[in-house]
Amino acid sequence: MLKLHYNLEKVSMGLVVGIIVAASIGGIVEIAPLFSINETVELPDDLRPHTPLELAGREIYIREGCYACHSQMVRSLADELDRYGPYSLAAESAYDRPMLWGSKRTGPDLARLGGKYSDDWHVAHLIDPRSVVPASIMPSYPWLMRPLEIGLLRDELATLARLGVPYDEAMIEGAANDALAQSRPDSDGAEAVIERYGETVAIRSFDGDPSKLTEMDAVVAYLQSLGTLTNAPYELLAEGAE
Amino acid sequence: MINTLSLSERRLGLVLSVLLAVLGLVMAAAARHGAMAVHGGMAMVLGVALAVKLAAALDDPLPAAGRASRYYDAPTRFGIVMTLIWAMIGMGAGVWVAALLYWPEATPLLPWTSFGRLRPVHTTGIIFGFGGNALIATSFFVVQRTSRTRLADSVSPWVVLLGFNLFCLWGVSGYLMGSTQSKEYAEAEWYADIWLVVVWVTYFILYLRTLARRHEPHIYVANWYYLAFILVVAMLHIVNNLALPVRLTTAESFPIWAGVQDAMVQWWYGHNAVAFFLTAGFLGMLYYFLPVRSGRPIWSYRLSILSFWGIVFFYIWVGSHHLHYTALPYWAQTLGMTFSVMLLVPSWASAGNAIATLNGAWHKVRDDATLRFMFVAAVFYGLSTFEGSFLAIRPVNSLSHYTDWTVGHVHSGTLGWVAMIIFGAIYTLVPQISGRETMASPRAVEWHFWLAVTGTLIYVVAMWNAGITQGLMWRAYDENGALSYSFIESVRAMAPYYLLRTIGGAMFLAGAVICALNCRATMRAAPIEAADRPLATQPAE
Repeated sequence: MLKLHYNLEKVSMGLVVGIIVAASIGGIVEIAPLFSINETVELPDDLRPHTPLELAGREIYIREGCYACHSQMVRSLADELDRYGPYSLAAESAYDRPMLWGSKRTGPDLARLGGKYSDDWHVAHLIDPRSVVPASIMPSYPWLMRPLEIGLLRDELATLARLGVPYDEAMIEGAANDALAQSRPDSDGAEAVIERYGETVAIRSFDGDPSKLTEMDAVVAYLQSLGTLTNAPYELLAEGAE
Repeated sequence: MINTLSLSERRLGLVLSVLLAVLGLVMAAAARHGAMAVHGGMAMVLGVALAVKLAAALDDPLPAAGRASRYYDAPTRFGIVMTLIWAMIGMGAGVWVAALLYWPEATPLLPWTSFGRLRPVHTTGIIFGFGGNALIATSFFVVQRTSRTRLADSVSPWVVLLGFNLFCLWGVSGYLMGSTQSKEYAEAEWYADIWLVVVWVTYFILYLRTLARRHEPHIYVANWYYLAFILVVAMLHIVNNLALPVRLTTAESFPIWAGVQDAMVQWWYGHNAVAFFLTAGFLGMLYYFLPVRSGRPIWSYRLSILSFWGIVFFYIWVGSHHLHYTALPYWAQTLGMTFSVMLLVPSWASAGNAIATLNGAWHKVRDDATLRFMFVAAVFYGLSTFEGSFLAIRPVNSLSHYTDWTVGHVHSGTLGWVAMIIFGAIYTLVPQISGRETMASPRAVEWHFWLAVTGTLIYVVAMWNAGITQGLMWRAYDENGALSYSFIESVRAMAPYYLLRTIGGAMFLAGAVICALNCRATMRAAPIEAADRPLATQPAE
């Protein structure tokens, strides 16, 4: 063996090939089987993709680096189930590009955040976290009250659809209108949003001002959607309890 | 830097600079607004500045004859300067965001000063800016010495260094503007990722061409590690960053991986960024500078073979230990845990080999702060690889994951191992390429050493305490079977540790500032050429 290596050291391309082979095996074994995940992980029937407004909120969540301090992955540990709710399923993030499971909880996990607090609480908390949680060390995000850019939404949905997220032609073409309508319950488009994305979608003015579509609307809509895209984790936990 | 180039090389440089300026102009014009337009503008300014400088220097005196019989250290010099500049930026951002966790209300109400945008500035600034420049600069230095030949050409080292720094600049300025892929340690957007591939291929070709011109039959072990660093980082970078841009004229894109696949690919990348960026390359540095500085040959040649192939083969498997108890299939988690534990063997073989090399030179470790940097680096390497294997064990991970223990672990590796070996290498090579016997101020090296060691210990101990406290508070139940603490109580308990961490980090930054000033004083008014020369005989390959 030593003799073999003694000779290998004299050939740079030999080392190159050796390194590539040695460093490829682990990745291939662990990652390749996950490509068949679409067959092995069953997508729940009620799983819906994010609405355009929620997607815009998700992009802001990414822009501001929220994932650096908040995870979105409830582990299958007793205290996490008690603190946050049912453990996360692979299917829940099947449409998430990128996934936002996170790696650090400077703040709490957000996978089950939807519906836990009111819209008003979220707006107050994002503008000044210490006004509602005095000991909070979260930064303030007052600039979220600025208007939401919706010009790119149509292309965003189209790109995701090309990657396999089930957005149909009507959803893509209606992306900008749907974003606006989701924050205006009285508008004509609100019905169409329900029709396209389902009864569980929250249609309301998230920032309290229906006349303006702000980044705050998008972020709060996204936060309120977390953990509500499918009911499967709750059903699975109830089955297990029986 | 231009006076080391021949006339044809200056012309080639001029053409490349103009091409860069045109590329920047096209990017800026196509994007019109947003991060991509600003980044196009940056590339254009850099291209124009380089073109003007080169055009003005076309008729300057040419380098002296016999250039081929000398080492080419000007790129290394530039790389070291960039290493130190990025150290200030990356560590400065780190200390600032650490302070924000203690004084959150100190954040100015401007989007770009927010924690979430500055955090990747810290990580990219340190990993790529500080670590990457140090790796490239020392790899040029080491491959020439261990091969006893000059770099294969004089233009491509500059393409690599300037291109790489443009990538780093695009990255951090993008995050400040809110442009990020959000993949940890791979936040730069798609066009920056493509740019880095071009730079990296140039680097690989230059490295192989230089090895091919070597006058030593054997390729020294340091170069195996640098090669593994270059090759595997390319593989990781390309696979992890595969994405579909929303439009070719915007920075936004969506990764082709989704959900659980994305998580696995991300941590396959993320942990191997630790393995092949922050470990393999720096082991290459260790294998050259430690023997040189201590005047002792590497203790065991066989052990270095074992640890090299062990590290290259085992590391790739361990990424899934970041995903214990998550929605990743159980078998993948178990594989990650198993290989993490096995990884301890080659890791300790490397650390032990380094420490055993110092046998017979312990008096030098006592007297020479530079060698002490390398010794401490080897010790911290051993400590943090042990801690890493330990934290990867599933039940341990249930306590430590998501807490500041992970942050403490990472910093025992980055401050204690990576930064220490960089400083050891800098203090060895900067006097050499400046044609001097010692650094301008040897006393400052001593000060830097103690600031760095004290800062690291304060930081790491504070984060251990913070992480274990958090982990225990989250899982504590009272006698009625209810959770004992709300989340915010665990946040409040962190305050003293976050303060201590800021102090430790500030001490480490202070040491790095001393290092930068000392290097400046040493490099100033120094001859460009190092005294040592390659041998000119027949190439071996």
